[in-house]
Formats: sequence, structure tokens, C-alpha cells
Amino acid sequence: MAQSVNLKPFYIALGVVAVAGGAWIMSAAGGKTVTIPEMATGSAFPGYTLGSDSAKVEIIEYADFQCPACAMFTILTSPDVKSRLVNTGRVRWTFRDFPLPIHPKAPVAHLAAACAGDQGQFWAMHDQLFYNQGAWVNGRTRKLVDGYAQAVGLEMSEFKQCMSDQRHVDRIAATRNAGQQLGVSSTPSFIIGDQLVSGSIPIDQFIQLVERAERAAEQQ
Amino acid sequence: MAVATLALFGFLLAMYLWLWKIGLLGGIACGTGSCEAVQFSEHAVMFGVPVAFFGVVGYLGLLVVSLVGLQPAWIDRREPAILLAAISGVGVTFSAYLTYLEAVVIEAWCRWCLVSAAIIGVIFLVALAELWTRARTEAPFTDASV
Repeated sequence: MAQSVNLKPFYIALGVVAVAGGAWIMSAAGGKTVTIPEMATGSAFPGYTLGSDSAKVEIIEYADFQCPACAMFTILTSPDVKSRLVNTGRVRWTFRDFPLPIHPKAPVAHLAAACAGDQGQFWAMHDQLFYNQGAWVNGRTRKLVDGYAQAVGLEMSEFKQCMSDQRHVDRIAATRNAGQQLGVSSTPSFIIGDQLVSGSIPIDQFIQLVERAERAAEQQ
Repeated sequence: MAVATLALFGFLLAMYLWLWKIGLLGGIACGTGSCEAVQFSEHAVMFGVPVAFFGVVGYLGLLVVSLVGLQPAWIDRREPAILLAAISGVGVTFSAYLTYLEAVVIEAWCRWCLVSAAIIGVIFLVALAELWTRARTEAPFTDASV
């Protein structure tokens, strides 16, 4: 017969570990919200926008095309944000480049999106890059990106010229630096009203932050 | 108790990787490792399910079985120990395959995946030790003692 052992302390310790671990995961899930001391969303390049110019709130997204969390946000959360906040006229959505140095293929992707933007197809290329991220990150990047350009209907000689000229490289770097000055250090990050939110957040939290920004806008 | 504790740590780790994989976490804290490269490779999904989710299920199974094995009605029985060894044996084999993929195919290391591999390896060794101890204590006497 095995010796009887009082398991109560063990269960308590196990519970503490479970609660601490759960809290750690939840804190990572919720993203981190910090208040920007003085709202300074300015940038020489305003970014690529979606939605109404008369929207009371602007959400600025800083993203990296090679960032998996950014792709997941675009695929899973962004459709909800667009249908519930952007398409209803409450929010104007702005995308700004923030290629991270740890992502070696991000510069090509950001350049391709900017070159597509020259032909009015930034958002189509944006979706191609995020939805097919696994393919171009792990495969023959340039060939695949050319394929996406063709798929979205770009004029290919102009696109290839833009790519080989590296036409927007300096502008992309400047946008990234401006983001860093605002306190952006990871992707995706969002500026919602006067809040900088680091990390992907669920739609409910977007709505709460937008409501707060709307109230602040009404009081001004 | 050691298996239950390790299984809980493994469960939390696998849950973290799975939630990140399905896009519910903003970033992955990986230090100098290449968690993103590994987690975003085609090998991070099997049969349409993120690999980390298999870890969530496996560690949860180990946690439940180990806690059941601590209950008075089960503490003298061999079945929980056999089940722990079986589940962790499958886990060790799977982890070894994933570690091989990291080293040879993906050529990048996810430190959390390595920690998980270490946890499941230790659980397997503890489960084997438990089985061996039971086999020794439950073996019938073979000498003609009087």
C-alpha cells in the first residue's frame, strides 16, 4: 500500500502556476496599450487609407508584411474591423510600413506594395502578400511577388521598373523611422485616437478604443 | 506530482504557441531564436491543425492522467503509469521528429519548441522510472523463503 500523502499544498502550488501562466498568456493576448503623451501621428507620407475622410477616428496600423501576427490579424480580425468600423463610416484606416530588421524578405514585399500603390493597387497587393505570406517567405520571393502583381492587374513593365529602381525604399525607411519616434517597436501596432496599442487585439477591444476616441473627439 | 507539474508547464507553453499561431497573440517572445520562422513554416501545421494544438491536447491528457493517478483509488494501480508512459512516448517521438525538421528542413530553431521537447522527454523518463519501480515492487518473490 502506498503511503498516504497530503496533496493539498501540491494542488495549491499547481493552481498558482496555472493562474500565473493563464495571466501571462492573457496579457500577451490583450496587447499592450500605452498613452502617447502628445498626439503626434504626423508623417511625411500619410500612409494608405481606407474609409471615409469624415470619420471621427483614424486607426493607423504599423505592420510588416513578413510578420506572421500581422498576417493573422489581416486574415482573422481585419475583415470584422472593416465591416463594423470602416465601412460604417466610423473609422478611417491607415496602413504604414514598418518592416522589421529581423525579417529579411520584408523590404521586397513593402517595395512591391508601394509599387502596386503607384498603380492604385496597394490594398490588392497588401492582401496578396498577407494571404500568401507562407509562400513568398519560404519560396522564390521575387518570382511569386511578380505573380501577385500580375494577379492584381498591374502593368508589369512599370511594376518591374519601380522594383528595380527601388523607388520607394527611402520613403518606406522614413515611414518606419517616424513610427519609431511615435513609440512603435513591434508589429502589428495601432494608433487609435491617442492610444498606441502594441500587438494584435480582438475586435471588441478595437470597438472599445474607437468608442473612447469618439468620445474624446466629441469633447474637443 | 513531478509529471503533473511538468505537464502543466508544457500545457501552458503549448497553449501560448497555439494561440499565437491562430493569431490571438500579438507577438511571440522568442529572444534570439527563430520561433516565427518555425511556427510559420509549412511544417507547423499537420492535417490542417497547428502542431502546437497537438501539444495542448497531449499535455492536457498527461495532466489529467497524472492527477487521476494521485487519487487514493488509483495510487496503487499501474494503469495511470502505463498510460503516462504511452502518451509521453508518443510525445517524445513526435518531438524528436519536429526537432529533426527544425535542424534539417527548416534550418531554424524555436526555443519554446525545444523547451517543450525537453519537458516531454523528462516526463517520459519519469514515467518509465515509475513503471520500473512498480515492476520491481510488485514482482513476486522467486526465492523459496520460509
